[in-house]
Amino acid sequence: MVDVPRAAATVRLTHQVGLHARPSVSLTKRAKQFQARIELALQADGPWVDAKSIVKVMATRAPQGALLHFRAEGEDADAAVRGLVALVEGNFETHD
Amino acid sequence: MTARVGIVVVSHSHEVASGTAAMVRQMVGTEVPLAFCGGDPDGGLGTDVAAILAAIEGAWSESGVAMLVDLGGAETNSEMAIDMLPEERRSRVVICNAPIVEGAVMAATEAWGGACLDEVRRTAEELSAG
Repeated sequence: MVDVPRAAATVRLTHQVGLHARPSVSLTKRAKQFQARIELALQADGPWVDAKSIVKVMATRAPQGALLHFRAEGEDADAAVRGLVALVEGNFETHD
Repeated sequence: MTARVGIVVVSHSHEVASGTAAMVRQMVGTEVPLAFCGGDPDGGLGTDVAAILAAIEGAWSESGVAMLVDLGGAETNSEMAIDMLPEERRSRVVICNAPIVEGAVMAATEAWGGACLDEVRRTAEELSAG
């Protein structure tokens, strides 16, 4: 077994409307910029959904105040998790 | 990177088509080729094959075009427009079986990420699959 880099982090969703349409699109777009497999969950023990799937991310319907758990697996796993946490902490302000 | 799949929105109403396209641009961005049409040539409600053809041309991408349409006539006229395309383009245009607004945003998000035409369609249709 090759040791694949993994990373995980948890961040509180402060965006006022929660993970609705626009934040979901931003999150999915950011996730797609990384090679790593990235998953998102509202509970630490899952269920985990593919953070690159706009349909699944939007379906989580995470409300304001919810904890978002991220985990990633792949060469850029650490950068991916940090990027997504930064996006949530930055209230989904995107500059791309 | 290969070209992003294009998105075409076809509604009976110009306002619905235009508003849907505005949502895609605001939420997903302007990197995805996007075109829309709505209303009949006289300004009423309806769809027009020539306008649909122009929209497909406007959003054309070598990777193909995914269409989001509303009620019945929008679909049959879109099928007719696809039939009128040059043969080598026909197989690269698909009509997604998905709600027009949600489908357009989902399809565009997937297209933005560089997904192929089939993945873009599946993402839009995943919505209705529940």
